[in-house]
Amino acid sequence: MSLFEYLLRLGDDSLVMTQRLGEWSARAPEMELDIALSNIALDQLGAARLFLTYAGEVEGGGRDEDALAYLRDDTEFRNAQLVEIGDTDFGTAIVKLLFLSAYQNLLYRALVTSGDERIAAIAAKAVKETAYHLDFASIWTVRLGDGTEESHQRMQAAIDEVWPFTHELFESDDVTRSVAESGIGVDPATLREAWEKTIGTVLQQATLETPTSTWKPTGGRTGVHTEALSYLLAEMQVLHRAHSGARW
Amino acid sequence: MTEHSQLWEVFVRPRRGLSHTHVGSLHAPDAEVALRNARDVYTRRQEGVSIWVVPAAAITASSPDEKDSFFDPAADKVYRHPTFYEVPEGAGHL
Repeated sequence: MSLFEYLLRLGDDSLVMTQRLGEWSARAPEMELDIALSNIALDQLGAARLFLTYAGEVEGGGRDEDALAYLRDDTEFRNAQLVEIGDTDFGTAIVKLLFLSAYQNLLYRALVTSGDERIAAIAAKAVKETAYHLDFASIWTVRLGDGTEESHQRMQAAIDEVWPFTHELFESDDVTRSVAESGIGVDPATLREAWEKTIGTVLQQATLETPTSTWKPTGGRTGVHTEALSYLLAEMQVLHRAHSGARW
Repeated sequence: MTEHSQLWEVFVRPRRGLSHTHVGSLHAPDAEVALRNARDVYTRRQEGVSIWVVPAAAITASSPDEKDSFFDPAADKVYRHPTFYEVPEGAGHL
């Protein structure tokens, strides 16, 4: 069942991120950013659908992507808490995207050589997409961090707020050890050094400080989530649950 | 935010061998962001292989008021069209 759990983690990170990014539709500071964030959300959704479809097949219980996305409760979600916390402002959205895309890009680069063909194929597609997400988040981090006094202060506040949630991305447990040993997955702890280097470079260029706090909230991978996920899922799932099987 | 943004004109080359064509405009605070905005706004359906962005302010345009002096004099110069030559036999694909 390690593979199933692993696929849920990969899929849920992207799915929950999609929903958060989607909240910026028609609300971003500029129309161009509106389109950009929606494009990125759709990239994440594409990856989520592929991972969850595959997860349903591996599970063998007849659940498809919709059943997994819309009919699980919060404790059954396996995303890292980083993607579920709400966006206080545009700065928070950019910082979360920066942290996540740097992690995902390293992860997918490693998964391209996965022993599992399906995972390798999804990673090959997603690696280019996340490279763009990282580029987009990086240039906005630099512009806002090294921008006005107001934008700098908001970006530093966003980084201080989101930083504690990044530790969970790199935690190893039985699931990651099992998929790493069988050559299917990656032990996320091995990505940490490269991630810190990437983020450090961007933050330095943006004149922002790397936080030194030691709080490390965790639990997302085993279904322990913040209150924010319940509200997010309520909004995401209400239509499907109210009108089961509804189609466009 | 819009007060920090300037207007950019976007040119996209649809494929190799074709010229960049003007496709529209957008707002962005600087060239790097303009290029990325152009990618997201104008090439999300595989419309291009290369993008140029140019500050709209850098473009000098002909004025509609000068239309008469600019363009009308060409109207009666038919001899400027290469239609007064005998096409040699055998040159089928001119």
